Amino acid sequence: MKITVKGLRASFGDHEVVKGIDLAVPSRQITAIIGPSGCGKSTFLRCLNRMHELVPGASRAGQVLLDDTDVYADDVDPVLVRRWVGMVFQKPNPFPSMSIKDNVVAGLRLTHRYDRKDAPGVIERALRQAALWDEVKDKLNDPGTSLSGGQQQRLCIARALAVNPDVILLDEPCSALDPIATARIEELLLEIRRDYTMVIVTHNMGQAQRVAEHTAFFLQGELVEFDTTAALFGNPRDPRTADYIAGRFG
Amino acid sequence: MTAPAVGRTALHTPTRGRAARWYERLIELGLAGCGMTSILVTIGIVVILAHESKDFFAQVSLGEFLGSTKWTPIIGDHRSYGVWPLLSATLTTAAIALAVAIPLGLLAAIYLSEYAAPRTRKIIKPALELLAGVPTIVFGYFAITTLTPALRDYIPGLAGGNLLSAGLMMGIMIVPLVASLSEDAIYAVPQSLREAAAGLGGGPFEAIRKVIVPSAWSGIAAAITLAASRAIGETMIVAIAAGNEARFGFDPRQPGQTATAYIVDISKGETPHGSVAYQTIFAVAAMLFVMTLIMNVISHRLSRRLRAAARA
Repeated sequence: MKITVKGLRASFGDHEVVKGIDLAVPSRQITAIIGPSGCGKSTFLRCLNRMHELVPGASRAGQVLLDDTDVYADDVDPVLVRRWVGMVFQKPNPFPSMSIKDNVVAGLRLTHRYDRKDAPGVIERALRQAALWDEVKDKLNDPGTSLSGGQQQRLCIARALAVNPDVILLDEPCSALDPIATARIEELLLEIRRDYTMVIVTHNMGQAQRVAEHTAFFLQGELVEFDTTAALFGNPRDPRTADYIAGRFG
Repeated sequence: MTAPAVGRTALHTPTRGRAARWYERLIELGLAGCGMTSILVTIGIVVILAHESKDFFAQVSLGEFLGSTKWTPIIGDHRSYGVWPLLSATLTTAAIALAVAIPLGLLAAIYLSEYAAPRTRKIIKPALELLAGVPTIVFGYFAITTLTPALRDYIPGLAGGNLLSAGLMMGIMIVPLVASLSEDAIYAVPQSLREAAAGLGGGPFEAIRKVIVPSAWSGIAAAITLAASRAIGETMIVAIAAGNEARFGFDPRQPGQTATAYIVDISKGETPHGSVAYQTIFAVAAMLFVMTLIMNVISHRLSRRLRAAARA
């Protein structure tokens, strides 16, 4: 297990959105989290790399173990947690002040690990992994924001990969993209899934079935069911899961 | 209630007749007139500046005006009209002011936008903007009565009226301008970029330095150019504290006379109207006008780019 979550609760002010979740995320696989809007899946994801606490008024209880270390232990620096647990967001957010290649190495620059000699290799490797290299190799100095939405999102994935994380959290990474761009992202996730532990929050049940080995179904801040993707969709144990995947609500 | 109106007839009720439409038209014209006033006045100023400067340059060549470093338009047998002494004082005081205002203003903006608690921000920002409302004569007076005597203890050879005190005080004066406009620009940086930086493992200050400030750069640059044009155009502080001596040089310890201070000096009234000496103030004013216009155009372009980037 790469990540073990124990009794996780998370709130915004008085409003509790994650209500005691236990979940174990297997190493070097893709785990999907599905559920209707407002079920706490994004907040849950943001607790895994301590992004949740950046929101004013946010609070949290419970444990998140990365390997065997509680990321919420007193002596753990949240900034360091995020170096190991990267994140890709709903809306592509390349840095507008930077070129394509500077976007890729932005994480290295932010963490003082940038090396001018290594940079070209890092850039090419990350862009190849993100299946973007062939499209941008002749315009690495163009602004990152000049790319299409789907390309921007792959650039953001390249940026997350370049810092060499253990875990990548993807928060509905395709919700702002068209089906073709979505398909390209899914392809790339499948290609890199043996090298990283990934947790993907998605609205799209088809996406969960296409990319994830395991799927968790969240409802109103609680974990209803967690199983292999095939079992969860093929033979759900909980009637609420069955209703949701049959499209009867949500 | 009346029956619901149907179709076009409902738009032609008796109360919205011809008189009402004329009334609206009148209001519109009145409002347009108010808007036009400042534009017309500006056009008038430009016309007068151009007209009087034309008379000046009929007698003094543009080459002498921009090429010579001797400015003796009123006294002496041989009058000299080289604008450089005024320009050197203007540039020196403005440079000192910006050297103070840019770092202080920018750091204050970063603090307010990224570190201050919402309540602190709500108190400090208006307070800062209030400082911008202090009459500049107060700053000038403070420069000559307090700042210069204090600096003289540390800087040997500091003249009583000097470019340094005037520039420093001008810098303090424009800190709020730089801080407030830069803060707007930094605050407007989308939250998603802060999250992206945090998600890559960047610490708060690294994120500010490498992502947030660069993203807000066009807005910050607009603030700086606007500040520069304020510094070039500032009058009262330099007229009081800079010594009012038209001498060419960039030594901040020395007295000097900026372009604005010169205009104050001459327009006080002893110079006969229509003389070349009198016309110099229009030539100098035209030069100032062009300088600040260029600055403002740059600033405007930059902030337009910022707005376009914010929409993207």
